[in-house]
Amino acid sequence: MSLIERIVELIRETSSSLPEDVLRALRGALRRERAGSSASVVLGTILDNCALAAKRGVPLCQDTGMLVFFVHESLRRRVTPVLLGRAVALATERGYLRRNTIDPVSGKSFDDNCAEGVPAVRYCDRPGVTLIMKGGGSENMSRQYSLPDSSLGAGRDLEGVRRCLLDAVVRAQGYGCAPGVLGVCIGGDRAAGYEVAKEQLLRPLDAAGASEDPRLRALERRVLREANSLGIGPMGLGGGTTLLGVRVAARPRVPASFFVTVAYMCWAARRRTMMP
Amino acid sequence: MKRLTFPFDEQTVRGLRAGDAVSITGRIYTGRDRFHKWFADGRPIPVCFRDGALYHCGPVVVRDEAAAGGWRVVAAGPTTSVRENPYEPDFIAATGVRIIIGKGGMDERTLAAMREHGCVYVQAVGGAGALYAASVARVAGVSLVSEFGAAEAVWHFDVADFRGVVAMDAHGRSLFADVAAVSERRLASSRRKCYTDGIRSSAGR
Ligand code: SF4
Repeated sequence: MSLIERIVELIRETSSSLPEDVLRALRGALRRERAGSSASVVLGTILDNCALAAKRGVPLCQDTGMLVFFVHESLRRRVTPVLLGRAVALATERGYLRRNTIDPVSGKSFDDNCAEGVPAVRYCDRPGVTLIMKGGGSENMSRQYSLPDSSLGAGRDLEGVRRCLLDAVVRAQGYGCAPGVLGVCIGGDRAAGYEVAKEQLLRPLDAAGASEDPRLRALERRVLREANSLGIGPMGLGGGTTLLGVRVAARPRVPASFFVTVAYMCWAARRRTMMP
Repeated sequence: MKRLTFPFDEQTVRGLRAGDAVSITGRIYTGRDRFHKWFADGRPIPVCFRDGALYHCGPVVVRDEAAAGGWRVVAAGPTTSVRENPYEPDFIAATGVRIIIGKGGMDERTLAAMREHGCVYVQAVGGAGALYAASVARVAGVSLVSEFGAAEAVWHFDVADFRGVVAMDAHGRSLFADVAAVSERRLASSRRKCYTDGIRSSAGR
């Protein structure tokens, strides 16, 4: 199979099948919710939907989202933005992606999902080619805090960060298609904050993906537990599953600013890696 | 799981409570932004909604002679309902619709109209476009497709086991409002607990 066809295949698989760790988290959540409750009905529907989409190889959510490719430095010459753009156009033609790219000035659609900066491509030290697809409903629930924040009583410490994260969860309610995942960046400038927060969504939800820093690992666990006791539940209809995971990273800041950035990901946490 | 079959009579619908899981079978019609505007402009409604269901959905439907009805539904997940808030109370009063399906819920005025006329709001699962497409057993027809295009048209779907949760009932109760209130309260009490094992940095410079 040619490289471009393999990338089209990566897009199709990412769009139609959730990663195993996300599915496991959803199944675990379903087991914990009371049978017949709205939470269990919603989770059951999500899992049935995922099984069907995987079987048929069709998009598991109609919002196929914003595509970001993370490509290893060493592949810079083979896996170029032009090649990735062509793969996206082909995948769109074949119905693996919705026509999902709009010119914000004219309101017109880029029918092949290719335009300046779209798909986004980042060269980094992550092995292989990793694709993440993030839908608009969840992106709308992402937010950035600047500490101290007196309305939250949040200072410049991990307690302040915790307050921001729980606030973000309550504000999102079910509107970002809960249960979701929080990717978090503590520090950085505003732009790095959003970039790093989104990158954390690539980390698996099982133990292998937990932070190596014991302080951040404790924060991840604590916020997950506390968010799930807020009662928001799947699609905001109540229940004990509001988040599937929390993934936190920290980046240096300048003395004057202290940002906490939250990338909210919906249950359709689509990501996948391939080795070209 | 409560099973609801078209036509949806007033008594059954009034018997539903916020939080009930439901499975819907029979005819439902899609309608979203342009259809609601069309109604508000006083144009004729092409189908009868009495004891029926309106689905806030912009499906992906393609021509397929092999499929029942000549159409194949590729994706049919719910769209966000708040955009129809300005029109829905009048729509409920004028048409006698009993079930509105969408995602994210609707406002107080719509909730009041639901109570007055006997109608409920069913939350479908956002994103589950593949499963909902599979629950459409047959596309029985389509209206206003030349006016609005396929994504905004009024599709006549015959569905089987279309699943959702009653999120707003005909007794004035909204799960969205309840859940928001509970979570705000618990958030406020979480602020009284403090994080002690973290790093405490100086408060800026
Ligand atoms: S928020 Fe996620 S699951 Fe919901 S519609 Fe958007 S992409 Fe799909």
